[in-house]
Amino acid sequence: MPVRVADVVRRFTSQAAAPVEVLAGISLEVAASAFVALLGPSGCGKSTLLRLVAGLDSPDGGSVVVDGRPVRRRESPDHVAFVFQEAHLLPWRTLRKNVELPLELRGMAAAERRDRALNMLERVGLADARERYPAQLSGGMQLRGSLARALVTDPRLLLLDEPFAALDEITRQRLDGLIQELWHERRFTALFVTHSLREAVFLAERAVMLSRRPAHIVADRAIELPADRSAELRASPAYNEKVERLYQDLLIAEGGA
Amino acid sequence: MTARRLRALAARLLPPLGAALALLVVWELWVRWADPPRFLFCAPSEIWRDATARAGELAAATWNTAVAVLWGFALSAVVGVATAVVLSSSRWAERAVYPFTVILQTVPLVAIAPMLVIWLHAGIQAVAVCGFIVSLFPVITNTLSGIRSIPQPQVELFWLYGARPWAVLWKLKLPGAIPSIMAGFRIAAGLAVIGAVVGEFVAGELGAKRGLGIVVVVAAKQGELPMLFAAVALASLLGIALVGGVNAAAYLLMYRWHVSERPD
Repeated sequence: MPVRVADVVRRFTSQAAAPVEVLAGISLEVAASAFVALLGPSGCGKSTLLRLVAGLDSPDGGSVVVDGRPVRRRESPDHVAFVFQEAHLLPWRTLRKNVELPLELRGMAAAERRDRALNMLERVGLADARERYPAQLSGGMQLRGSLARALVTDPRLLLLDEPFAALDEITRQRLDGLIQELWHERRFTALFVTHSLREAVFLAERAVMLSRRPAHIVADRAIELPADRSAELRASPAYNEKVERLYQDLLIAEGGA
Repeated sequence: MTARRLRALAARLLPPLGAALALLVVWELWVRWADPPRFLFCAPSEIWRDATARAGELAAATWNTAVAVLWGFALSAVVGVATAVVLSSSRWAERAVYPFTVILQTVPLVAIAPMLVIWLHAGIQAVAVCGFIVSLFPVITNTLSGIRSIPQPQVELFWLYGARPWAVLWKLKLPGAIPSIMAGFRIAAGLAVIGAVVGEFVAGELGAKRGLGIVVVVAAKQGELPMLFAAVALASLLGIALVGGVNAAAYLLMYRWHVSERPD
């Protein structure tokens, strides 16, 4: 599902301080089925951009168009899914009922949504934990659950807001591998906010680097690596060269230049 | 029930029961030793003697008060949660109405009760409304704060999937607020008993349907100290039973998923 962001400006106003400009005229075109990583210094507005695309926030200027239709706050595009930084599973629902929630809200029949949820849980390796409550799951399991909840609707646009930032390295690499696999299988468009350059290079076909706020785009690079990326890739010189290149971009972004 | 759970139950129940028993023994011995005038103080054994002699009367009074308490509590549970849901749906509604709910909290019940007698006549309706008025406020504030504390990303998840307002209410706001609602109910249960008993002082029925509040008033006038103690004890047992009921409901609703109800 193509995404077009044109001259988007977003300011945050508070009563106490002067308005802070977070996004200073961002323009970005994302083709259908692309996998784009959004990078930049922390607090620069990557998440804000993602929230604008999801319809969780409205721009102060410019426009966000997804699949040919304009997006505003509380007018989320159809077929979109969002993975938050934390899992945010509903604690009073079992894992399976959590994964069923998006289908339930769209009025799908109980038997069908149950089947779909179980398939998806199988896919993320949580079939055995399906009747457990979130409080009984580890952090990594909860995040896999939230990934299943996002993918169960078969979205055409998947937005990920630093979903694995809090995980240990091994778990994180496993989940990156899982997202890779699912993307190859389903070919959704993916926008992935991360502050890990290695994660960006491993997953994305394209990396967009934002500057410090007010954010503008300082670099927009294709990441030319074999499409099917395995764990061994992480050791290859080509991979490390891309990471190094992005690191140079990040230094420029940090400088605010 | 396994031996381990039995032991856990005993560990919960024995200390308060032991403390109560010790208090009664000390009290009894002191009255027998010091022998205070009986219009000032009486012994547990004398309370027991008078209470059992008039058991029928006390049971009826307890039942009558219990009915009023349950009505008052049920009313404030339903009206309180519903009010909080409406107030939570808009900042303006909250600003407009919330200050007036505080009035409920601050106007003394004994001042309202005569009005209730004028409108509803003395009897169970007026008494139940007394219980309702004093127990409403904690239900509203607790429910409101429970709904307001639902994490924003959970709300946004519902936006993302285009959830209808009723789905947000039934599938997010109410279940998310249950721990706070139950905390509100716990406070309301005790207040409903106090409200009903105090309400009976002014608005209670004097005839066959008299409740514990009337027993208190009559016993005080006639200097029947043991009956006074018995009525107070029964009123607090009523409160304990109602709070116990709320605790049981909270356990059933939350033991699977909420920290507060997890067995230790």
